[in-house]
Amino acid sequence: MKHCLVVDDSRVIRKVACRILESLQFATEEAEDGAAALDACRSKMPDVILLDWQMPHMTGIEFLRTLRRQNQGTNPVVVFCTTENDVGHITEALNAGANEYIMKPFDRETLEAKLMQVGLL
Amino acid sequence: MTHDAFADLADMLRRRSGLVLTQDKLALAKSRLAPVAHLFGFRGVAALLAEFPHPREEIAQAVTEAMTTNETSFFRDRDPFNHFRDILLPALTIARAGRRRLRIWCAAVSTGQEAYSLAMILDEASLAAFDWRIDLIATDLSAGAIARAKDGVYSQFEVQRGLPIQSLLKHFTQEGDQWRVSDRLRRMVSFRTFNLLDDFGWLGEIDVVLCRNVLLYFDAQSKAAVFAKLAEILAPDGTLVLGATESAESFAVAADAPRGYFIRPRGVAPRALSG
Repeated sequence: MKHCLVVDDSRVIRKVACRILESLQFATEEAEDGAAALDACRSKMPDVILLDWQMPHMTGIEFLRTLRRQNQGTNPVVVFCTTENDVGHITEALNAGANEYIMKPFDRETLEAKLMQVGLL
Repeated sequence: MTHDAFADLADMLRRRSGLVLTQDKLALAKSRLAPVAHLFGFRGVAALLAEFPHPREEIAQAVTEAMTTNETSFFRDRDPFNHFRDILLPALTIARAGRRRLRIWCAAVSTGQEAYSLAMILDEASLAAFDWRIDLIATDLSAGAIARAKDGVYSQFEVQRGLPIQSLLKHFTQEGDQWRVSDRLRRMVSFRTFNLLDDFGWLGEIDVVLCRNVLLYFDAQSKAAVFAKLAEILAPDGTLVLGATESAESFAVAADAPRGYFIRPRGVAPRALSG
């Protein structure tokens, strides 16, 4: 079973995402900001991270840069999932090492399609 | 909706489009025809169907379009497109190296995503840089769907269904919360309204036909007629791509290809073409 870390400061978004992911046979874990996500990754590196952008303490892009610097590689797969839907933010995320990008609002089909694209389904 | 009204509707659909409408689609028919009834000023679906069995042409057209299924997405089902990109297209570029021409037809393209998905693959293969001429023809029964396809503007939800983010950035521009296909891709596709029950002669010989998830809604007679016409226009070494769950008895299953890929049976040659 693949392991997905859902990083979002909205408890509702985390619950919705986890429910979809679990129906797709993923094991899930939640973190409410980038700092908590780094702690979770140190404890157990997930296969994929679903990552919000704007969060307190450490933003998604700060978390991603730190993660890629520390890990020196392309794992785990990181899929941004954010309301920052403009080309500038998308480009910045990809340059920082994001594998895919979901523009909120999203639904089950969108998340499923993106996970297929990154080879996790 | 009375039994007679439903029968008249089903009969008209079959004659105009080959679509089969069974009694279990009654609720679907009501929900799809409600906007058509409103558009033409009828008080409801029952009043609209009172025009049958001989409705005005514009009503018959609108009803037919409303009853067609327009479900589609970019790179839908992924495997058929991966196979096209990785296996079929390289093979065709070798087979057609002499004349440097490829002809591809998306026969039920709906709002255009399938054709633009192929256009992205063809663009990234850079065949035009080597003086290849690519005819990418895309047709659909629905004039409304073809108008949207030509426009090439898609919602955020639509572009996120199957389109990799890198492809979105490369081939689309953002317009608010909508995304517009690049002029480069739009110029690669010739869209037009076309009924699969009509004559195929204008198409000429085609190397690859995509006719995915449409003939499964046709009655047996119409489906057989379409397959016969496909056999006439498909190149001797051409490929027919149907939906993964569809079959084509008059064609052979393509070896080492995803489900839905078919080739002309050995020894069956295309007839002389008028187009």
